[in-house]
Amino acid sequence: MSKTISHMSPEEIAASVSAWEKTEVAAFLARTPERKEQFFTLGDFPVKRTYTAADIADTPAEDIGLPGQYPFTRGPYPTMYRGRNWTMRQIAGFGTGEDTNKRFKYLIAQGQTGISTDFDMPTLMGYDSDHPMSEGEVGREGVAIDTLADMRELLEGIDLEEISVSLTINPTAWILLAMYIALAEERGNDLNRISGTVQADILKEYMAQKEYIYPIAPSVRIVRDMIAYSAKTMKRYNPINISGYHISEAGSSPLHEAAFTLANLIVYVDEVQKTGVDVDDFAPRLAFFFVCQADFFEEIAKFRALRRCYAKIMKDRFGAKKPESMRLRFHCQTAAASLTKPQYMVNVMRTTAQALAAVLGGAQSLHTNGYDEAFAIPTEHAMQLALRTQQVIADETNVTQVVDPLGGSYYVESLTNDYERKIFEILDEVEERGGTIKLIEEGWFQKHIADFAYETALRKQSGEKPVIGVNRYVMENTDAKIEVHPYDQTTADRQIARTRSVRETRDEARVQALLDDLVAAARDDSTNIMPVTIDLVKSGATMGDIVEKLKVIWGVYRETPVF
Amino acid sequence: MSTQIRVLLAKVGLDGHDRGVKVVARTLRDAGMDVVYSGLHRTPEEVVTAAVQEDVDILGVSLLSGVQMTVFPKIFALLRQHKVEDMIVVAGGVMPDEDVEELKRMGVAEVLLQDTPPQYIIETLTALVAARGPR
Repeated sequence: MSKTISHMSPEEIAASVSAWEKTEVAAFLARTPERKEQFFTLGDFPVKRTYTAADIADTPAEDIGLPGQYPFTRGPYPTMYRGRNWTMRQIAGFGTGEDTNKRFKYLIAQGQTGISTDFDMPTLMGYDSDHPMSEGEVGREGVAIDTLADMRELLEGIDLEEISVSLTINPTAWILLAMYIALAEERGNDLNRISGTVQADILKEYMAQKEYIYPIAPSVRIVRDMIAYSAKTMKRYNPINISGYHISEAGSSPLHEAAFTLANLIVYVDEVQKTGVDVDDFAPRLAFFFVCQADFFEEIAKFRALRRCYAKIMKDRFGAKKPESMRLRFHCQTAAASLTKPQYMVNVMRTTAQALAAVLGGAQSLHTNGYDEAFAIPTEHAMQLALRTQQVIADETNVTQVVDPLGGSYYVESLTNDYERKIFEILDEVEERGGTIKLIEEGWFQKHIADFAYETALRKQSGEKPVIGVNRYVMENTDAKIEVHPYDQTTADRQIARTRSVRETRDEARVQALLDDLVAAARDDSTNIMPVTIDLVKSGATMGDIVEKLKVIWGVYRETPVF
Repeated sequence: MSTQIRVLLAKVGLDGHDRGVKVVARTLRDAGMDVVYSGLHRTPEEVVTAAVQEDVDILGVSLLSGVQMTVFPKIFALLRQHKVEDMIVVAGGVMPDEDVEELKRMGVAEVLLQDTPPQYIIETLTALVAARGPR
């Protein structure tokens, strides 16, 4: 009788691995060498031929634990998808509020369970649709929102207490949140019953996505005010979605995506704590957003390590007491940068694999990319197929029946440990070098991101990083002609007409008086900026009115690019 | 007389996607070209003025926000105003095929889309300058 596996000591296992390498492996290699001398994950972690219990023998049992238990490595909830599937949340946004509202209703009719909104560049950057900087951009890459009237159209017929709405917006997030609150109040909703999320993660903008308006300090203060305001008035609302996704899409490694996101978390928690709000009063509503890249097991390990790191940071560093304050919940999107123009239907397969990794990694909410996103924003057909991809994983594969099915996998647990260790090393380095904000100003994060982006471009060129249809299995001119989402040339006129009509019919004296109050609130760091902003949007102030007023006192941010 | 190729790479409009333009900037710099990168959120006027002042061989404009058919006509109009006839204008980013054809008719010398290998970009720009001949 041989020993059962749990009775073998790590030394015995290591000895058996060593013997195996000398016998079976050596004999095999003599006949057939392996494809490469060394194997690495997409994020450059070296990987071994196989893993055994010896590789995770030193892991504290508590670090793996059970689902729904500190440090939540195996999932934020004890039952996960056995209770309820993740929220299927396809992002949409184009044209005017009415145009995007139609797409929302289509997606809901197709079985989507949450909403996510993409805004056009002027809205993201705080310009009204008739500003000269907005020319050509109105409603093109997202929906145009200038005033509360636009928000009414965007969310017409959507019950804010029933369906959670995510607003993907950053430097102007507080104005959109104000419109959302104003709309909910107008409809008579109980603010404590409405759910939803606003991205509002300004720090990763300076690092990666580069949508910013004001300098860092006042921008972080706005985020602080949003979190503090929501903690008091909107118990179910996520006032921030701390995001690694854009860091990854800007070119970073998965490790840097994870570590830089947590570096940003630390700044936000510090800032809100300084205002006297107890960590357990706001931490349960902090939400996250990560990419799911192509390296299947690495991504799963990344998600598991992120949950563990977050739990430890919240407990040990910030003194959180409630388990909900230590439980990382995240939205996930498949990797847009992995999509290709040639042989574009292959993007469906890429997205399927990435979505499966997101689910096995325990995502709470998921967007699967459309096959046509290397061309333009997605068509209805591309979005339907992307949603069906999630539905197949949810309903046909049975992967949802077991919580954290890869828990205990020697490889995944080992890589989870590696990720945790490296994340904390980077966080220590950030602190030693003077903290996140100082390093953003020095371009430290930006340089790391640009370096990995450059490496990736060279690896694609050499073929070291295979991309089907681009550097392997290349075919010339065989793709069927793709139908892309058309841009409606009447968008800007329709949008500008509504904005001008709001300006013409509002009580101008009241708007100007409130804008003065806004300046007073902005100048006093101890005043929360949300209440006056809510009054402003209710009285017909445009986003541009509010943004421009504060540019006068705060100025604008301009980065020194590094490459 | 220096034969070093001078390039201005620019981001125009509100688009913040700078992954590609930075990879290109580094690629061209490592290939020995003299590269200036404008940084984000520039207007066509700022970019053309800088290109004329720096007397660059190539003006490369990166766009991933879909506004190429608004931006490039403005750039060519401004170049005409400055009476610049031999500047090579190159576009980069994510754009639909129909726009690529239209941009070339407008005078864009080359449109370099996503996943273009760095070496191809170096060779293409070098060949464009060689074809133009000395100034």
